[in-house]
Amino acid sequence: MNLILIIVTTALINNVVLSQFLGICSFLGVSRQVKTSASLGGAVIFVMTIASAVASLLYTFVLKPLDLDYLKTIVFILVIAALVQIVEMFLKKTSPAIYKALGIFLPLITTNCAVLGVALTNVQNEYGLVESVIAGFGTALGYTIAIVLLASIRESLDEEAVPVPFQGAPLVLLAATLMAIAFMGFSGLSL
Amino acid sequence: MNPYLERIYNGLIKENPSLVLMLGMCPTLAVTTSATNGFGMGASTMAVLIVSNVIISLLRKLIPDEVRLPAEIVIVASLVTIVELVTQAYIPGLYSALGIFIPLIVVNCIILGRAEAYALKNPPVLSAFDGLGMGLGFTIALTVLGSVRELLGAGSIFGIQLLPENAAVGIFIKAPGAFLVLAFIVAIMNALKMKTRANKMVEGCDGCCATCGSAGGCDSKKEGQA
Repeated sequence: MNLILIIVTTALINNVVLSQFLGICSFLGVSRQVKTSASLGGAVIFVMTIASAVASLLYTFVLKPLDLDYLKTIVFILVIAALVQIVEMFLKKTSPAIYKALGIFLPLITTNCAVLGVALTNVQNEYGLVESVIAGFGTALGYTIAIVLLASIRESLDEEAVPVPFQGAPLVLLAATLMAIAFMGFSGLSL
Repeated sequence: MNPYLERIYNGLIKENPSLVLMLGMCPTLAVTTSATNGFGMGASTMAVLIVSNVIISLLRKLIPDEVRLPAEIVIVASLVTIVELVTQAYIPGLYSALGIFIPLIVVNCIILGRAEAYALKNPPVLSAFDGLGMGLGFTIALTVLGSVRELLGAGSIFGIQLLPENAAVGIFIKAPGAFLVLAFIVAIMNALKMKTRANKMVEGCDGCCATCGSAGGCDSKKEGQA
């Protein structure tokens, strides 16, 4: 029950993009088409789930016992960067189809602050391994929901005549505003 | 123009990281619930940016090209850890207000972007001024955004009450307000320039992440082969 609660909380109530403001760069930058956004979402789910597991294991079994708590930022960012490389190589060898769909997005994820953000939040919340993995998955799911929704809005906005100063970034930000208002509704869920 | 002043002008106006290049959007939106928080975040980032620019510029001839991204990340991450420990010790209020966004300065595109685009190619003093200019541009953008949101959402700026409290619209200090105020600030900047640079902006951000990310990819591949 507790695990379901974590998924709902991370995916909807505390949506990573719309209420935590993590991963905004790719949220605004790579949301022009539904198809590419969905692929990016898939890649994020993949990497974030694994990264949460590895970061949690490292923290519990290496950093904590050695009293190296303050090194967590450095360790996590290096682990994530290395992990993305390994995942990329692994996918290339084992499943070329998935690699082809997600390939170009994998390197992009290293600089996605949401991955590092989740790893740090898990530590802050004192989650164990299972909870961390679930939180990582839920957060990535929330990211995918948000970016796919924004891409569908942007696709239908393409043809509209928008006042010149609002074209481009401001319009995308306004769409995100409305989505954020909608997602605020989830904070009324009593769980 | 004096090259040092030119760097500062460039960071403040011409290539303002938040408002023109649209870099470092996560902290820009997340911590600007009040003018104080925006200013604190800007100042922390500026400190990391100046020092990392100087260190990377000093080491630019020593760092092998193949491993420059990991090297830069380690330098930046160490500096961020120092800033984190210092704020925790001396400004605990700010530390708890900014929360996770202090460690996340590591993945702020502005810092790696300036290291790649400027510090690796230029001498330390000029790089320091570049960091100062970019840092000031970021700090001012965050302070303005924070002030507008605080004024509309709580009726005060830097904690000084200017409007009666019942005139405040709470949504401006909640998540949607961040997107809304930033949208209008960028639109006003566009209108002032009357050049449609808006499309370029989104690509600017996109480009940075792609460059940092894919460059990292290329590097590690080279390492693997070597």
